[in-house]
Amino acid sequence: MIPARTWPLGRAGVHLVLILYTALCLGPVLLVVMNSFKSRAGIFGAPLSLPNAATFDLIGYKTVLGQGAFLRYFGNSLIVTAGSLAAVLLFGAMAAFALSEYRFRANRLLGLFLALGIMVPIRLGTVAILNMMVAARLVNTHLALILIYTAQGLPIAVFILGEFMQGVSKDLKDAGRIDGLSEYTIFFRLVLPLVRPAVATVAVFTMIPIWNDLWFPLIVAPGEATKTVTLGAQVFIGQFVTNWNAVLAALTLAVLPVLVLYLLFSRQLIRGITAGAVK
Amino acid sequence: MDQIDKLAADVPLLPAATRDAAPARTRRWHIAVFLAPALLVYTALMIVPLADTLRLSLFRSVEHAPVFVGLDNFRVLLTDPRWSLHFWAAFRHNLYFFAFHILLQNPVGIALAALLSLPRLRGQAFYRTAFFLPTMLSFVIVGFTWKLILSPLWGVAPALLGSVGLRGWFHPWLGQEATALTTLALISVWQYVGIPMMLIYAAMLAIPGELIEAAELDGITGFAQFRKIKLPLIWPTVGICSILTFVGNFNAFDLIYTINGANAGPNFATDLLGTFLFRTFFGNQLQLGDPNMGATIATMMFLIILAGVAAYLFGIQTRMRRYAL
Repeated sequence: MIPARTWPLGRAGVHLVLILYTALCLGPVLLVVMNSFKSRAGIFGAPLSLPNAATFDLIGYKTVLGQGAFLRYFGNSLIVTAGSLAAVLLFGAMAAFALSEYRFRANRLLGLFLALGIMVPIRLGTVAILNMMVAARLVNTHLALILIYTAQGLPIAVFILGEFMQGVSKDLKDAGRIDGLSEYTIFFRLVLPLVRPAVATVAVFTMIPIWNDLWFPLIVAPGEATKTVTLGAQVFIGQFVTNWNAVLAALTLAVLPVLVLYLLFSRQLIRGITAGAVK
Repeated sequence: MDQIDKLAADVPLLPAATRDAAPARTRRWHIAVFLAPALLVYTALMIVPLADTLRLSLFRSVEHAPVFVGLDNFRVLLTDPRWSLHFWAAFRHNLYFFAFHILLQNPVGIALAALLSLPRLRGQAFYRTAFFLPTMLSFVIVGFTWKLILSPLWGVAPALLGSVGLRGWFHPWLGQEATALTTLALISVWQYVGIPMMLIYAAMLAIPGELIEAAELDGITGFAQFRKIKLPLIWPTVGICSILTFVGNFNAFDLIYTINGANAGPNFATDLLGTFLFRTFFGNQLQLGDPNMGATIATMMFLIILAGVAAYLFGIQTRMRRYAL
């Protein structure tokens, strides 16, 4: 039994601090969402109150959805994120399996080679990446972004998945081998299902920076047809600076998918972080 | 049956070397198949561009033809006032940005983690989810949200300050040279404090209960317990958070670009190496894009990161005391 005196500020004091910090974290987001449903007069007259019958207005959303091609931006973000995510998870898991399962001469060296990518941001290679994309005629394509984000996500994915794959029972794999399963079957049928929780964690970690990235869409795929929602929101808000309804609505629309995903997966994500750090 | 007998009889006769090599040779192909896609994409889009960037920094474009100039680009960047003033200013801002993060993000992260890991805390999951939320948002969203809140036009910040009687304290912080960078650093800390908090929280959960109980039996409780028992055990995690922050700061482009544009206004007061690289390489209203100088800046950033990480690994990590739990 742990006595209550271990609480440094007293129970109420601790909750007060935590609630104040919660307000600091959620306040700005709530403020934007709340005001996006108001008329212009409501936004400026009473920014801190909820929309009511007098101030409720969807004009901002009408402007955004009417002019901003936001749905297409969503589609682009979805294609790019899903494509890179699939590649990172599949290729990453395969490489992690090879590095954690087999002993071969270059094993350690390849591990270090991949670890370089954890430390060095891929953005430092931007000049050469753009040259390469121009030469390959991949500028303003989804594929360019997918390739870049796959390279960006792989090192950490291989690292985390490798840690987890080492924990998969050796007996199980050997039993599979005695039953005559090929190494591919062992990987896809035995090992991959067992590390599914780790794959989910890596998925969330990989997805967020891709969805949120501004740098590469801005440089490699700024065209209207491939604009992601992050870049789209950036450009759109830049053009509509004075139209506060539209700006707030655009921000809310850009926040929404991240918010929904986060609330769905936060337990998984937090468990992943805490499990990884304990290791 | 015959065959099996034959195999069993054959095996011991084979020389040891061939026996080991035979399964290795049959295995080798699938190792390659497993590794190939990842290595291919990673090498082509990460390693080759990085190496090519280092190479480009040694060239200059003269009448559309690349000319090898050795380290001359670096001399220009570091000493020619047209470049060096911007470079050193951006470098100083980066250091300031980093120091600000270390001095604020780590203590706040440690404090929040310490509170969250208190035993039998109600609503722990809710707090955790809330505290980590800003980290999930993109710089674009965070940047514009704070830009609106701090905008003198909207008046949310002055109104909030007014409610505690400090209305006079309000200034358009993002627009003033003296305060713009600090304000941006604060916004960035607000967004990213979730990462140190989470990692330190995990480290605190990993402290065995017996250790805490032993401390309590010895009469060490409350804040003394935190300082004498928990804090020494989480230093390695704080170190990792610091190095993550260090590397992350060289990515800090999006926030500045969103709030103050590529020129990192007002009057370049918020220019970091990231925005400087973007401007140089891509060009803007003031200058034409210069890929070679861009590559030179990227190379400098690469060297700074390398130096920082090496200093941490050899200077700090080896001296840090680790306790086996």
